[in-house]
Amino acid sequence: MTEAAGELASLPALLARNAKLYGSKAAYREKEFGIWQTWSWAQALEEVNAIANGLIDLGVQRGDCIAIVGRNRPALYWSGIAVQKAGGIPVPLYQDASADEIAYALGHCNARYVIAGDQEQVDKVSDISDQIPNLAHVIYLDDRGMRKYDHSKLTSFAELQKRGREQSDQQELARREAELSPESTCVILYTSGTTSRPKGVVLSNHNVIETAKNSCEFDKLSNKEEILAYLPMAWVGDYIFSIGQALWTGFCVNCPESQDTMQADLREIGPTYFFAPPQVFERQLTSVMIRMEDAGKFKKRMFDHYMKVAKRVGPTLLDGGDVSFKDKLSYRLGKFFVYEPLKDTLGLRRIRVGYTAGEAIGPELFDFFRSLGINLKQLYGQTEATVFITQQPDGGVSSDTVGVPSPGVELRIDDTGEVFYRSPGVFVEYLNNPESTASTKAQDGWVATGDAGFIEDKTGQLRIIDRVKDVGKMADGSLFAPKYVENKLKFYPDVLEAVVFGAGRDKCCAFINIDLTSVGNWAERNNIAYASYQELSQHPQVLDIIAGHVNEVNQSIAEDEMLAGCQIHRFLVLHKELDADDGEITRTRKVRRGVIEEKFNDLVNALYDGSDSIYTETEVTYEDGRKGKITATLEIKDAVVATAAVKAA
Amino acid sequence: MSTPATELQQDGYITADGRKIGSVMMDLRSITLRFGGVVAIQDISFDIRQGEIRAIIGPNGAGKSSMLNVISGFYQPQQGEVWFLGKKRPPLKPYQVARQGIARTFQNIALFQGMTVLDNVMTGRLNHMKTGWLAQSIWLGRANKEERINRRKVEEIIDFLEIQSIRKTPVGRLPYGLKKRVELARALAAEPDLLLLDEPMAGMNVEEKEDMSRFILDANDEYGTTIALIEHDMGVVMDLSDRVVVMDYGRKIGDGTPDEVRNNEEVIAAYLGVPND
Repeated sequence: MTEAAGELASLPALLARNAKLYGSKAAYREKEFGIWQTWSWAQALEEVNAIANGLIDLGVQRGDCIAIVGRNRPALYWSGIAVQKAGGIPVPLYQDASADEIAYALGHCNARYVIAGDQEQVDKVSDISDQIPNLAHVIYLDDRGMRKYDHSKLTSFAELQKRGREQSDQQELARREAELSPESTCVILYTSGTTSRPKGVVLSNHNVIETAKNSCEFDKLSNKEEILAYLPMAWVGDYIFSIGQALWTGFCVNCPESQDTMQADLREIGPTYFFAPPQVFERQLTSVMIRMEDAGKFKKRMFDHYMKVAKRVGPTLLDGGDVSFKDKLSYRLGKFFVYEPLKDTLGLRRIRVGYTAGEAIGPELFDFFRSLGINLKQLYGQTEATVFITQQPDGGVSSDTVGVPSPGVELRIDDTGEVFYRSPGVFVEYLNNPESTASTKAQDGWVATGDAGFIEDKTGQLRIIDRVKDVGKMADGSLFAPKYVENKLKFYPDVLEAVVFGAGRDKCCAFINIDLTSVGNWAERNNIAYASYQELSQHPQVLDIIAGHVNEVNQSIAEDEMLAGCQIHRFLVLHKELDADDGEITRTRKVRRGVIEEKFNDLVNALYDGSDSIYTETEVTYEDGRKGKITATLEIKDAVVATAAVKAA
Repeated sequence: MSTPATELQQDGYITADGRKIGSVMMDLRSITLRFGGVVAIQDISFDIRQGEIRAIIGPNGAGKSSMLNVISGFYQPQQGEVWFLGKKRPPLKPYQVARQGIARTFQNIALFQGMTVLDNVMTGRLNHMKTGWLAQSIWLGRANKEERINRRKVEEIIDFLEIQSIRKTPVGRLPYGLKKRVELARALAAEPDLLLLDEPMAGMNVEEKEDMSRFILDANDEYGTTIALIEHDMGVVMDLSDRVVVMDYGRKIGDGTPDEVRNNEEVIAAYLGVPND
């Protein structure tokens, strides 16, 4: 604590320390032109200084907001540090955000500069530049296609750094850096906003550095770790992993060549510390299973045999438990023949600490990776907490809890079941939004998460049920927790997304999105022809499969006394994938319940009025912003509802 | 309007989007090509200018591909002259034409199916390799350095066409749209002055076509490559090209900017047909 409060008051100070302590050690890598390029900490400091001096030369004033938007690249990570060093405030934005969303954020924080990854981002910004009168200059990193642009308000990144290196007055930068304190703003991150416009969360240096320090100690992270930076830079998790923790411990941040090469780059780097949302693990598992289907008989039998062994004893061994000598031997052999080669292919062989969060992870999926000997754990957090609220310690892992309070975090659950926390990571405020700040963060520092949960007696770990505002009552007064049901459905690889309705109604009904990869593969294997997502989604056999899943879910919900009323009575399979471009889910793939219920109002009514099918027209937005219309006739299926009285038997 | 008026200044022109087009790079003068009794190309003349995107369009069997094969030197016309960079081109073998700075892609993909994308694109650098096979096979001295320089160039093109993720994938396993892109990569790897594209968008879906159009425009913009292409998709042709030659039954029936060609009655007749009475 004293250390952080001393000369290590800000991220630029941490960078300077790293350059001094680990000068020649690899700090950043990026694959470019097929080769991993490396920058040491000393080089990174030089690059950051060049950017910071260039920004000052460009006219950046203290307190200017500078948006950063692009894919994960070292230069953009440096920019994040350099902006602070030059006295500005970095505002990372989602690179796949629409021009509209970017306009909102830029206008809201009154950004004066934008550092854009490439032409696509520059185009988005110039499309909306008339809405942001304060915008003074745009800097672009990749100069491809930029030659023909009017450069009066545009500068290339290389030019910026060149001007920074030629800057004769080094004193100004030193002065501005000296003004930074633990209280000064480190970054503004926009939350994805499931219900309203995004909010700008202001985090201080103190928030970021203390949280990074605590979490690194919790998992004993050292400067020998390697991570792959592939998650959106605007997401608080990436900010903490790739900037906060990386600067604190001095470990190496590796940037993939492009979004499509992530899997190959993962394998080449072999990270030791890895974070992924459940979808990434799901995709990996799906690809393993699909490829095993095509494998030879011998390999397949070996895989099946040793995966059974792994499933039985793997997690126990990982937690340091005891198993019989015979099992230990089998696991050893399996490790040699199957687990290690498989982990190597997946790029997960060297993982020491792995985390998943963001969404609930299916027990099967979770156990698959843990049984291979990968130390995969769960954490629970949010932007307002600088990520960490709870996390699972080594040896205390389960798929339905999210862990014990992280170091320095106090936890409280109020009468309504809502989870509150207080920690060094608690955000400063929502930018230009005192009402929201006041309603979320109490005077004494306690923050409402908006999630309902409870502490499990058995393990002492937190278990999250659902969003507080989504947990409701059905017409007969029984508890309604849609997310709980949706997650159970989503654990099936065939189901991509599910939306359950039932608040204030007499029964639960659901929309289901099929997963094109998984169901498409099934269709191919079974010689079922289809021309489009829509056609496949309405195929009678697909509907039967989904019905099977729904019935199984009902069965399992029925075992839970409290939630037995949430069983799904009727469902339909949607004719389009829920899409962030249509505003149906957020950029971080969270379902926007209200939007969906309103938009597909006709479908919801059909679910409840007992009709067998419904004709519907839906507006869709293509990636380039054009709009179109799709029409479909959807079949509505009845599900088998299990009797709730399991306990009585 | 049998001969559409395309008035060209002797030293180039400015396109609608403000690019400067240079002087004549390739001049085809009264080309006639026969296969036995069949006249594939009948007395056609047109030119391709430095830096422009030139399209050749026409119904099936109009002689477009034959025309491209004349340009690439694969066919020798019975009559007429091919002038390239101010010199009359004598009959050459295709590899000699390639050495002059002309590269091409094919209508039905002609890649090495068993080789990786990277190796396929590397073959495009053949004309830039000077060491002999002996030096190359024992990886000696200059051969090593040369390979590195060429690999760098190839990687730049892989980056340019955004095919990093399939770098090590055998071409045979790729979907059609990507194979087309790999072919373009190989042609670009030769760093040609003139790039010939034989139906670059055939069989593609809308999204793939948009991608390909962008790559063609970017290649023209970024590397200054002059491009001559054959294409069926009228929308694409009109969007991409600066000037269009229209062929029908081996004859040239139109030549000019997309707008001029679009309003040419003979062209409309060839494409849409005319009433008999």
